[in-house]
Amino acid sequence: MTAVRTLLARPWIWSFIGALIVWLAAILFTGGYGAGGMITAALSLAVFMVIVGIGQMFVITLGPGNVDLSLPANIGLASAVAMKVMGGSNAMIAVGLVAALASGMAVGAANYLLIRVLRIPPIIATLSSSFIVLSIDIAYGRGLQIKPPPAFADFTNIQVFGIPILAIGGVVFAFLAGIALQRMIYGRSVLAIGQNMRAAWLAGIPVERIRFFTYTLSGALGGINGALLAGYFRGASVDIGNEYLLSSIAVVVIGGTSVAGGKANVPGIWGASLFLVLLLTMLNTFGVSAGVRLLLTGLIIVGVITAAGGQKTLR
Amino acid sequence: MTASASAETLARTGLRSPAFARLLRALLPALSMTLILIAIAYLNPRAISYFGFSLMLNLAIPIALATIAQMFVITVNELDLSIGTFVGFVACVTATWLRDAPLLGVVVLLGSIGVYAALGALIHLRNLPSIVVTLGMSFVWQGLAILMLPKPGGKAPDWLQGFMSLKPPFVPFPIIAALVIGLGVHVALMRTSYGAVLRGTGGNAQAIHRAGWSILKTKVTMFALTGLFGVLSGMALVGITTSADANLGNGYTLLAIAGVILGGGEFVGGRVSPIGAVIGALTLALAASPLLTFMHIPPDWQVAANGAILIIVLAARALISRREGDR
Amino acid sequence: MSEGKSVIVRLDGVERHFGAVRALDGVDLAVESGSCVGLVGHNGAGKSTLMHILAGSGRADRGRIAIRGHEETAYSVARAQKLGIRCVFQELSLCPNLTVAENTRITHASLKGFGWRKRSAALIRAKLDEIFPGHGIDPSDVVGDLAIGQRQMVEVARAFTVTDEPLHLVILDEPTSSLDAHTAGQLLAFVRRAVDQGISSILISHMLGEILSTCDRVVVMRDGKVVATDTAAAFDRDRLVATMGGTRHRDKVAAVARTREETAVMVRARPRGQVAGAELVAHRGEVIGLAGLAGHGQTRLLLDIVRASTAARPGVTVGAPVALVAGDRQTDGIFPLWSIAENIGIRSLAGLKRGLLLSREREAALARAWQEKISIRTPDLDNNILSLSGGNQQKVLFARALGSDAGIILMDDPMRGVDIGTKLEVYDLIRDEARKGRTFLWYTTEMDELENCDHVYVFRNGRIVADLAHSELTEEKVIQSSFEEGAGAALRERAS
Repeated sequence: MTAVRTLLARPWIWSFIGALIVWLAAILFTGGYGAGGMITAALSLAVFMVIVGIGQMFVITLGPGNVDLSLPANIGLASAVAMKVMGGSNAMIAVGLVAALASGMAVGAANYLLIRVLRIPPIIATLSSSFIVLSIDIAYGRGLQIKPPPAFADFTNIQVFGIPILAIGGVVFAFLAGIALQRMIYGRSVLAIGQNMRAAWLAGIPVERIRFFTYTLSGALGGINGALLAGYFRGASVDIGNEYLLSSIAVVVIGGTSVAGGKANVPGIWGASLFLVLLLTMLNTFGVSAGVRLLLTGLIIVGVITAAGGQKTLR
Repeated sequence: MTASASAETLARTGLRSPAFARLLRALLPALSMTLILIAIAYLNPRAISYFGFSLMLNLAIPIALATIAQMFVITVNELDLSIGTFVGFVACVTATWLRDAPLLGVVVLLGSIGVYAALGALIHLRNLPSIVVTLGMSFVWQGLAILMLPKPGGKAPDWLQGFMSLKPPFVPFPIIAALVIGLGVHVALMRTSYGAVLRGTGGNAQAIHRAGWSILKTKVTMFALTGLFGVLSGMALVGITTSADANLGNGYTLLAIAGVILGGGEFVGGRVSPIGAVIGALTLALAASPLLTFMHIPPDWQVAANGAILIIVLAARALISRREGDR
Repeated sequence: MSEGKSVIVRLDGVERHFGAVRALDGVDLAVESGSCVGLVGHNGAGKSTLMHILAGSGRADRGRIAIRGHEETAYSVARAQKLGIRCVFQELSLCPNLTVAENTRITHASLKGFGWRKRSAALIRAKLDEIFPGHGIDPSDVVGDLAIGQRQMVEVARAFTVTDEPLHLVILDEPTSSLDAHTAGQLLAFVRRAVDQGISSILISHMLGEILSTCDRVVVMRDGKVVATDTAAAFDRDRLVATMGGTRHRDKVAAVARTREETAVMVRARPRGQVAGAELVAHRGEVIGLAGLAGHGQTRLLLDIVRASTAARPGVTVGAPVALVAGDRQTDGIFPLWSIAENIGIRSLAGLKRGLLLSREREAALARAWQEKISIRTPDLDNNILSLSGGNQQKVLFARALGSDAGIILMDDPMRGVDIGTKLEVYDLIRDEARKGRTFLWYTTEMDELENCDHVYVFRNGRIVADLAHSELTEEKVIQSSFEEGAGAALRERAS
C-alpha cells in the first residue's frame, strides 16, 4: 500500500500511466491485434526522443530562458556528416560516429559562445546558430544519397526478444544520465544553478563551466541522434531532425521537469516519449488525419503545462 | 572627499554618453537597411526602381505584420513561438471560408484573436512559461490549418488580391504599406497614454501594479493585439500568393523574432520600437533573397547569411550596450 | 505645533511580525497637517516597515490606522492614493524604459486623451523646476538613461505633482541618498516650503543634520518601538545618536589579547572606491568586523573576495578557500527545492564523493554532525529547507560554510531576522571556530555583533573610513564615522 503511494508520488509515473492508457486504447480498437508490434515500434521511435530529450532536459534545468533550439539543424548536419564519413563502409562506422559526435559538440560549444560573448538570450543564440548550421548542412549534404553501412543499418534495427537493441541502449543511457543528475557533482551543480544561479555561484559552483558543458552535451547528444536516425531511416536528410525541435521540449516538460529550472526528471522523459509516440500510434490506428493528430498533440501539451505549471516561482 | 565630488561631477557630465549610445542603437536598424540597399544598388543598379522595389519587397508586408505581432508580446516580456503556424492557419481560413462564406470566416478570425487574448490571461494567471504554451499552440494552429486545407489550394478573395496588388503612383505599394504600419503602431503604442502603461508593464510591472493598473488587462491586451496582427499578416500573405498552404507561414516565427531584435527591440524590459521592427522586417526581406541573389550567394547559403546578419547586428548591439553598461 | 492643526494620520499600537521577529512592536505615531516629521533609527529599527503600512503596501498585524480622523479598515495603496498619501521608497518605482513624462502619466489616471504628453511633460517640468532649479532633466529623457541621482529627483518631483487627486502627506524614505549636496539642499528647502503651504511630510534619513534642520518634530525608533518623540529643537546630534544607539550596555566579550602580527595574513583587500591607503587585513584566526550603514560597500567587498578566490583580482589577495554565509537568504543562499541535507552539502560536494558518485551517507553524516553542533531544529534532515523557520534556515547556511573546507568565512550580515537565542549560539560557534584557526569577515550593522570582533573596519560610500581595534571599539565611534559628513557637510552648508 505504501509502496503504491510512494510510486504515485513520483512525478514521472503519470507519463507512464498516460502511455499505458493510450496503448490500451489503441489495442482495444484493434481488438488486441498488433499489441506487441506496437510496443516494439514505439520503443524504436521513442529512443530518439529520449536521447535529445535528455540533452534538452539538462539545458532547461539550467533555469528560465535556457533552451536549445538548434537541435533540428544539428541533427540534420550530424546525420549527413555520419553518412559521408562512413561512406557506406562497415569499417568506418566508429569513425563516422565520432565525427557526428564532434559535429554536434561543435554546434553546442558555438551556442554557448554566442550566449556568453554576445550576451543574448539562449533562444535567439541557438536560433541564429541553427540558421547557419542548417545552411552548412544544405550545402554539405546536397545530393547526398549515401546509404548507411549495412552493419550500421542492421544494428539500429536489431531486436532482442522483440525489444530493439537501441531501446535497451537508451534505457542504459537514461539510467546513467539519472545517476549523473542525482549522484554526480555535475548534476547537482546543474540543479543548483537552475534553482538560483547567484546562490550557486556563492556556494562555489563554477557556473559558467557547467553551462558550457551542458550546452556542449546537448549538442553532442543531438549529433549522436543524427547518426542513429540516419542509420535507422537508411540515409541522411536535411529535415530528418525537424520534429525534435518541439518534441525534445515537450518530452522534457511532460516528463515532469520544471521549465523554471532546478528540478529535472530522467525516467519521465522515457514515459513522455513513449506517451507521445503511442499517442501518435493510437491516433493512426484510429485513422485520424494528420491535422487532428497535430491538434490533439498541441492541446495535450498546453493541457499538461497548465496542469503541471502554475506553481508560484520562488524567486 | 574631493575625489568623491569630482567622481560625482564626472558621472553627471558623462550623462550624454548613454543617451548617445541609445541613439546609436536606435539608428542601427536603419543603418543596416541602408547598408543592404547600398550593396544592392552597387550590385544591380536597376533594382533601385519602382518595379525593382515592388518585386524585392513583395513579401515584406506580411513579414512586417508578423514582426509587429511578435513585438507586442515581447513588449510584456513574453514570446510567441506559434505566430508562424498561426499565420498559416489564417491564410487557410482566408483562402477558404472568408471567400466562400464571409460571415463564418470573419467569426472564425475574430474567434482566433479571442483565443490569443485567452492565452494571455492563462499565461498570466497560472504563471506559465509562454514559450511552452505557444509551442503547444503552434501544433494546434498547424493541425487546424491542415484540417481545413489538407492540400495546397484555396483562393484569396478577389478584393484582397486586388488590394495587395495596388500600384500607386511614384511609390511602390509595399513601401507605403510599411510606412502606414510602422507609423500607425508607433502612434498607438508609443504616443498614446495607455500605450505608456502597456510598455511600462514590460519595464517594471510592479510599479505599474502599484500605481493601480491591472497587469492582467495589459497582458491580455498585448496578446490580443498579437492575434490581430497575426490575422492581418496571414490575410496579406494570402492576398499576395493568391492561394494558401498549411505550411505557408512556418518560417515566420523565427523571422518575426529576428525582425523585432534586428529592429532594436529587447527580449525583456519593454524596450521595443515599432518603426524599428518594420525596418528590421524590411531588412530581412531584402537580405533574404534579393541581396543574396545579386551577390551570387548560392541558395544553399542564404539561410546561413540570414543567421550571420542576425549575429553581426546582435554583436554590434552587444558592443553598444557594453558601452552603456560602463556608466 | 499649535492645537489648531488637524491630525492627518494617526497610528495606534501598530504591530507587525515576521515569524518570531517583531518588526513593529506597538507603534503610535501622529502627523499633523502642515508639519514635517523626521523619522530616525538604525537599520532594522522598523522605519521602512512602518512606512509601507502607512502607504498601504504593507499590512499591520494589529493596531489602528486613522486618516483625517477616519478609521481605515480596508486600507490599500489605491485607498492611500485617494486620500492624498504618496510615498517615495528607496527601491525605485519608475519604469526604466519609459520617459520622464510617461512615468508621470503612470501615476496619474487623468493624464489621458489628446495632448496628454504635453500636459504630463509640463506638469513634471514645472515641479522639477520648482524643486530642483537647473536640474538638467528633460521630460522626454528615458529614465534608464538618467544618472541614479536624477532618477531620484524625478521620483521625488513626481510624488509632489497634483492632478485630480489631493495631496496631503508625502513620505520620503532616504530621498537624498543618491543626491549631491547641492541638490539635497534644494530638496530640503522645497520640503520646508511645501510644509509651510500645508502639505505634511515624513522624512527618513541617515543624515542627522538634514533631519535636525528640516523637521519640526523628530521620532526615534529602535527595535520596532518608538523610543523618543520631541520637537527638533529639543534634539542635537549627540542626543539623537545616543537615543538611537540606546544606553544598554552589555558586558564586553573578553577578547583574546594578541598582537595582530602573530599569525599569517589570510585576506588583504582594498575596496574598489579606495584610491590608496586603507585596506582590510585579516590574519588567521581573527574575527574581522565590517561596519557602517547598510549598502556602503561592505557586501561588494565580500563579493570581490569571493571572486578573488577563483580568479586573480587586483587589490585583493586571499590565502585559503573561501565560503560565504549569505544574509539575504532568498536571493543568495537557499536552494528552495532541496532538502536540508542537500542545502548543507552543496559547498562540500568534492568531499562527499565516494569513487565517482556522491555518497548519500556522507552527505547525511555531514548534515547530522552540523545539526548537532549548531542545533538545527527539525525532525528530519531530508525535509525541504523551507520547512524550517528563518533562523534555522540561516543556521543551515552557517552549517554549509562551516562544514566546508574553507579557511576563510565571509558573513554578509547573516543575522537579519534571526532571534536573539540563535544569535548567541552562533556567536559562540564563531569564536570557537576562530580559535581553531579559521578567519571570519563579518559584515554587520549591529553593535552587539561588532563586539564579537577582534578588529572593525567602518565603511562609508564604498570606502574604509575607520580602522578600530577591539580595545578602541565603542558604539559612538562607529556611529560617528558612519554618519560623518565631513567635507560633504561643509559643502552643503556652503550651498545653502
